[in-house]
Parts: sequence; structure tokens; C-alpha cells
Amino acid sequence: MEVISFVALAAGLIIGLGAVGACIGIGLMGSKFLESAARQPELMGELQTKMFLLVGLIDAAFIIGVGIALWFATANPFLGQIAQIAK
Amino acid sequence: MAAESAVTSVVEHGPTAGEYVIHHLHFWQNKASTAVFDMSVIHIDTVIFSVLLAALTFWILWAAARKASSGVPGRFQAAVEMLVEFVDNEAKGIIKNAESRKFVAPLGLSIFVWVTLMNTMDLLPVDLLPTLWAKVVGAFGGDPAHAYLRVLPTADVSGAMGLSVAVLLICLYYNVKIKGLGGWAHELVTAPFGTSKNPVMAVLLGIVNFAMQIIEFASKTLSHGLRLFGNMYAGELIFMLIALMGGAFALTGTGIGLFVGHIIAGLAWAIFHILIIILQAFIFMMLALVYIGQAHDHH
Repeated sequence: MEVISFVALAAGLIIGLGAVGACIGIGLMGSKFLESAARQPELMGELQTKMFLLVGLIDAAFIIGVGIALWFATANPFLGQIAQIAK
Repeated sequence: MAAESAVTSVVEHGPTAGEYVIHHLHFWQNKASTAVFDMSVIHIDTVIFSVLLAALTFWILWAAARKASSGVPGRFQAAVEMLVEFVDNEAKGIIKNAESRKFVAPLGLSIFVWVTLMNTMDLLPVDLLPTLWAKVVGAFGGDPAHAYLRVLPTADVSGAMGLSVAVLLICLYYNVKIKGLGGWAHELVTAPFGTSKNPVMAVLLGIVNFAMQIIEFASKTLSHGLRLFGNMYAGELIFMLIALMGGAFALTGTGIGLFVGHIIAGLAWAIFHILIIILQAFIFMMLALVYIGQAHDHH
């Protein structure tokens, strides 16, 4: 039971902290993008491409974290290890 | 081991959530893998789907090129032209050498279209092809519970890393081609920290520089492949969990909330995933171009 509850907490932390980081990162970048687009509208197209590139880079770590957390939550690999130790 | 026991219990009763996910994460292999890194294990499903989609990529681009007219373009031709122009502009911004661009820009285009198509396999219903495959295996006298199929080649670490290692090899080729073997060898031991007049210091700096260069190549290739893999794997897993929500409704027949949640979550994630599919293919192409562009830089 202890393993299950710890894994549930860990999954929550992985998703939550990852979301905090990704949201702050995208918020900072989005605000800078809007600022610079307002200052120099002619650069908007070029900046937009680069912004989406960075959105993908920032988002990647978070989505990978969500995937791992959900894997822990559904097909918990640690329970198998516990069963191995018990043998 | 875990997968084996899951399979036997599936036969006895319906699959639990964990068994369902494990079954769907199992590759169609020529033999079971025993080590983490084993070159003799082939993921047959990854090979089949990636080769099929590569053929489709070339067919699409070839069909557009064959029917191309200099008059008013049709919709299909206009779409492919926009795509080609887009990739060409990106390549022009990154790779200054017009001679290399003749090869690298079409490479970028095929990477982009191919990876997009492979990622798009994720939008097929998660159970569609695996269930059909299990039925086919069952019809030919096999054991349907052992019929594994993963339709998403980029959610296989060997598929994604295969692509990034291919990009690494092209980088090495351009390093040698642009700088010459001697020039590149010189750069390997003098960049990024430079060298010294003092012979002892020169050797020390050479070792440190060489180590840095190797670390750079390894980390570039690893992060390049694993980023694509991680995104697609996570996306696939979330689709499986959404499918489980619908499965729970279908099995028990209770809780209409589950069914509504299944529809809403599936719709929202599929729409968001269209963005991720294109974005990750774009990032993969851009990073490939950037890395090949770096191979052209003299230090």
C-alpha cells in the first residue's frame, strides 16, 4: 500500500512541477513575443516561427513528464519489483 | 516477464487497466529482448509502418512534382509548393552553402513530411489496428493474446533514435566534406577552448576539447531523438488512458460520466495532439537543419 501511495504522490508531483515550469516558461516567452511584435510588427512572421519552435522545446519536458507519470499511475513498474523482492 | 504474466491473465479474465496498457506498449518483435540494448531484436511493426509511410511520403511528393504545371496550380500542387517553399526558406536561413543546400533542403522536406506522417498514426483509434491484427493472427491459427502491434514508429525509441543517428552521420559527412579530414581533426582538438603554444598545455587542452566535442555530438543526438520519442510516447499513452475510460463504461455499463469524459477528453487531446504532431515534426526538421548547419561552421 505504501508503494502505491508514494507512487501516486510522485505522479502528482511530476505533473504539477512540470506544469509549473512549462507554464512559467511559455508565459515569459509569450509576453516577450507579444512585446516585440507590438514594437516591430514587421518581424512578427519570423518571430512566430521561432516562438513555435521554442514552445515545442519547452513543452517537450512537461509532456514527457506527464507520460511517465501516467505510466507509473496505470502500469506501476515498482509493484513488479516489489513482487520480485518478496520471492 | 511482467508482460508475459499479463498476457496469461488476460486469457483468464478481462484485462485490467495495467494489463491493457502493457499489452499496447508491447512491440511485435522477432524475439523477446533480454537486455536494454540488443541489436538483434527487431521491432517488426516499427519497420513495416515506417517503410510504408516513407513510401507514402515519396509518392505524395513525386505525384505533386509529376503533375506540376507552371500555370495556375491546383489545390494539391499549391499545398505542396507552400510546403517546399517553407522548408526552403528555413534551410536558406540556416545553411549558407548553396551547394550543400541542394541535398539538405530536400532532406529537410522529406524528414518533415515523413515524421509528420509517422506521428499522425497516433490519431488513429488506439485499438483499431491492434484489434484487426489480433483477428488476423487468430484467423491464421495464432494466439490473438500474443498478437502485439504498435502503430506509431516514432513512439519507439529505436525508431526515433534511428532517425537522429542518421542525422548525426550526415553531420559527420559534412564535417569531413567542408573542412577536409585534417581540418576537422584539427577542429576536434582545438575547439571550443582553443590551443596553446606550450606543448604540455596544448595536449591537455586537446584532450579537454576532444572530450567536449564528443559530449556535444552525443548529447545533440540523444536529445534530438529522445525529444521526439518522449512526446509521441506520452501522447500515445494518454490516448490509451482515454480509451480505458471508454472501456470502463463499456464493460460496466454504469456511469454515463465516464462516457462523456471519454468523448470530451478524447476530442480535446486529439485536437491538441494535432498541434504536437506538426510541431514535433517541425522541431525535428529544424534541429536536423541546425545541426547540419553547425557542421559547416569553421571555428
